[in-house]
Amino acid sequence: MAAAFRAEWGRVVATLIRVTGDWDLAEECAQEAFARALETWPVDGVPRGPGAWLTTTARNHALNRLRRGATETAKLRELTAMSGPPETPDPPDVSGVPDDRLRLIFTCCHPALPLDARVALTLRTLLGLSTAEIARAFLVSEPAMGQRIVRAKRKIRQAGIPYRVPPAHLLPERTASVLGVVYLLFNEGYAASGGADPIRGGLCAEAIRLARVLRDLMPDEPEAAGLLALLLLQDSRRDARQDAAGDLVPLEEQDRDRWDRAAVAEGAALLDAALRRAAPGPYQVQAAIAACHATARRAEDTDWPQIAALYDRLLVLTPSPVVRLNRAVAIAMAEGPEAALPLLDDLEADLPGYHLLPATRADLLRRLNRPDEAAAFYRQALALARAEPDRRFLARRLADLGPVD
Amino acid sequence: MQYMMLICGKETDVLPPDEQAALIADTEEWVKEMDGRGVRRIGNRLRLTEAATTVRVREGETLLSDGPFAETKEQILGFDLIECADLEEALEVASRHPSARHGSIEVRPLWPFDEED
Repeated sequence: MAAAFRAEWGRVVATLIRVTGDWDLAEECAQEAFARALETWPVDGVPRGPGAWLTTTARNHALNRLRRGATETAKLRELTAMSGPPETPDPPDVSGVPDDRLRLIFTCCHPALPLDARVALTLRTLLGLSTAEIARAFLVSEPAMGQRIVRAKRKIRQAGIPYRVPPAHLLPERTASVLGVVYLLFNEGYAASGGADPIRGGLCAEAIRLARVLRDLMPDEPEAAGLLALLLLQDSRRDARQDAAGDLVPLEEQDRDRWDRAAVAEGAALLDAALRRAAPGPYQVQAAIAACHATARRAEDTDWPQIAALYDRLLVLTPSPVVRLNRAVAIAMAEGPEAALPLLDDLEADLPGYHLLPATRADLLRRLNRPDEAAAFYRQALALARAEPDRRFLARRLADLGPVD
Repeated sequence: MQYMMLICGKETDVLPPDEQAALIADTEEWVKEMDGRGVRRIGNRLRLTEAATTVRVREGETLLSDGPFAETKEQILGFDLIECADLEEALEVASRHPSARHGSIEVRPLWPFDEED
């Protein structure tokens, strides 16, 4: 029942916001409807259309609240018009009810809101996480997270951010903003997975759930499918990327039997279907790179020339120094470390203080059998890295070099 | 809804004459278009911040200071009051103002006196 609740929460809230125009009222009435379901379903059985039952119950609750308030006549008129006779025990067919979740997510992810607020608001209103859960996931206090959500809702109301799917000419840019929020959510969980707090790692599952909703709501957007594929392919390695001590295991050393084959298969199939639409975007290309890794039976079977070619395409779509660094790594694997060293020189100015740049250089020098230089760059990387697992990994690599000058 | 577009930029910036002329022409074009659409209520440029006086009243005493309230890198150079359906339209109107390309434009909703928070 909990899973069903979570799946329906966003739908109920999204519709109630459209109907009442009041985000707080929408959430309160949704909560009320779910509480009532908890009381009555175990006794009366689960209704035929649980989602419609919840939406109708929440809507009737809103209607009563507004009636008691009696001031907001316009809202009341709109509610009555859409709900038919109030308190109908068995709600009418749901198929005619539009899915309002797309409006909700585009509004939550509007670029006029700060990025952290977009993520928090999406988790709260669409996925139904509690403020306490979101606060823990993002390592801030509950009052601070509550404030962030309150401020975001206030800005939506005061600044007049419309509750609708953006018009066609804004859609590509706004879709990118929505997908970006989902990807940020996933990375937040991925960076923390295996850590002390399962809720942080659970963000990956929430991001995948959200990506599934988006793929269903935007069937014609191949980047939505590409994002879901990317998340599934990355998440398939979850159990293999840390050892028993909690240390990071690099890709080439991972036990590939521990990869989630079902997730790989689903991700690969989604990606194939998306690519057939011939509108590749950054998420599809990244998913294609992830698929190259996920489908290699052994590390030495990895198709590095293909990965390097995919990074070439990614660089055209999203020219960023981090993509250039990853491309250099792929070229090192495809053509040898010498080919990649000059590419790293070009990155010095663009990635100051980024520990993966000296770490990559150290790795290339290690493979070129130049341990003294490698050690110097591992030390430089160690001085920059802050996350404990990263530091332990670098220290281990440094120790593996043996005695150096 | 009504929104105030605050046109911000560096008042010390001097554009080459041809760019300056183009900026003025583009701005006139924008004003004509937005007046035609019925979006723009009023607007003007402002005198330099050296002509500004900031008023504060503290403990019943009126304090005047020469210049703008805050010393910042950018100043408010002008404004337009626009009436739009929602923020989406306001942002579209603001993004088409030529000054958005040189400086920046802060879009702030008006806060009518009969509305709480």
